[in-house]
Amino acid sequence: MDWQAIGLSLRLALATTLVLQVVGMPLAWWVAFSRRRWKFLVEAVVALPLVLPPTVLGFYVLIAIGPRSPVGALYARLTGGLLPFSFGGLLVASVLYSMPFTVQPMAAAFGSVDRKLLEASWCLGVSRAGTFRRVVMPLARPGIATAAILSFAHTVGEFGVVLMVGGNIAGVTRTVSISIYDQAQSLDYTGAWHTSLLLVGFSFVVLALTYSWQRRAWMLWQPH
Amino acid sequence: MKPHRGSSRWLTLLAAALVLSAAPPPAAGAQKLTVAAAADLRFALDELATQFRAAHPEVDLAITYGSSGNFFAQIQNGAPFDLFLSADVDYPRRLITAGLASKDSLFLYGVGRIVVWVPAGSPLDPAALGIRVLEAPSVRHIAIANPQHAPYGRAAVAALRSLGVYDRVSPKLVLGENIGQAFEFVESGAAEAGIVALSLALAPAARSHGRYWEVPQEAYPKIEQGGVILARAPAGPAAQFRAFLLSAEARRILKQYGFSVPQ
Repeated sequence: MDWQAIGLSLRLALATTLVLQVVGMPLAWWVAFSRRRWKFLVEAVVALPLVLPPTVLGFYVLIAIGPRSPVGALYARLTGGLLPFSFGGLLVASVLYSMPFTVQPMAAAFGSVDRKLLEASWCLGVSRAGTFRRVVMPLARPGIATAAILSFAHTVGEFGVVLMVGGNIAGVTRTVSISIYDQAQSLDYTGAWHTSLLLVGFSFVVLALTYSWQRRAWMLWQPH
Repeated sequence: MKPHRGSSRWLTLLAAALVLSAAPPPAAGAQKLTVAAAADLRFALDELATQFRAAHPEVDLAITYGSSGNFFAQIQNGAPFDLFLSADVDYPRRLITAGLASKDSLFLYGVGRIVVWVPAGSPLDPAALGIRVLEAPSVRHIAIANPQHAPYGRAAVAALRSLGVYDRVSPKLVLGENIGQAFEFVESGAAEAGIVALSLALAPAARSHGRYWEVPQEAYPKIEQGGVILARAPAGPAAQFRAFLLSAEARRILKQYGFSVPQ
């Protein structure tokens, strides 16, 4: 089994989840509460990776982070490095690719917080930030956790985008899904079988945990 | 429960769209011929296909391009191809051994050549520097096909080793899924150089986009490219296409696209 690739996928998924928690939370808040008429446009952009083929996203990301694009050139000037074929490049692609998996559950959770509680908190003189931390966060916690778990699992399962922008470098961009593809291509069916089985098990456990969490299946006492 | 009027109308609409979008039946009498071809053949074979279609309008020719190793695995698992044009001779031989291709149908249609390719905007001159282009500090990534399953990738690695630069340049290697993707990595600017098929560097769409240096053919094992007719193919069109690929006209086109043709 290709432990290096498994480790890399876990690191990539963890980094993507962390970045998305930071970037996605304000975005989800805005999506949940903004009254701008063009909000639907932002929602559509965030949801794009759900419907676009990974090849489209991968193709554009490869060009966008390449040295000929303004973004790639700026990055090269700032860091002296290049994004394609690097962990950083994969991270950029993964963050875009998993964006809806963070923003949508979070926005739904924020949106379902009773507005009366927010207003009560504000009337009692608690700042907006304080209200968010002490009222919204605790109430939206299941949604935030769902966002993190889904983003993490989705990044582990990513294939097409990585194939398009990764360049298959061992330890840098050869994620577990690419490793399985390589194993199948080089007729190492035993290896492909084992690694795939591990991923099936992992994905099942993650989803089962998420659903059980939402139903509070393990709580002995059901609050009403 | 009473069925919902709106949703049943919606389902009818979807079903109608499904029926209407189904492919029209093929023209009467057309014989289907599906070809799986190595990615380095893309441009040469497109031209060959045009000629073949003109000469055989009764054959409905469909070509799929990809990595030879990928096709090999797919054919073993029942992929519906009639003819397999591999980028080596090993995969076709193994299909014959496995009883998936007809025994005496193996044919050599060309010998692949590899080049060091840089995009047109590169400051490096491969014609003057040869293989040392790859050692230039401005070259940070070298795209090759995956040597695990692409014959061109194996040839590239063999050439790097025999020219004595493998140890110095191997940290720069990035692997395309097939030779076409390796080429795309360089073409898009993401990699600064690549070792690709001459047939791709000479393709009309790419000729003006880069410059190349041909790797001496002694530096790597010959990339003999063979094809086989698969056991499931109906008699007729597959044999016709095989004969066409071995004709003088087809050999001229293959030569023009950067393949050596066997005598």
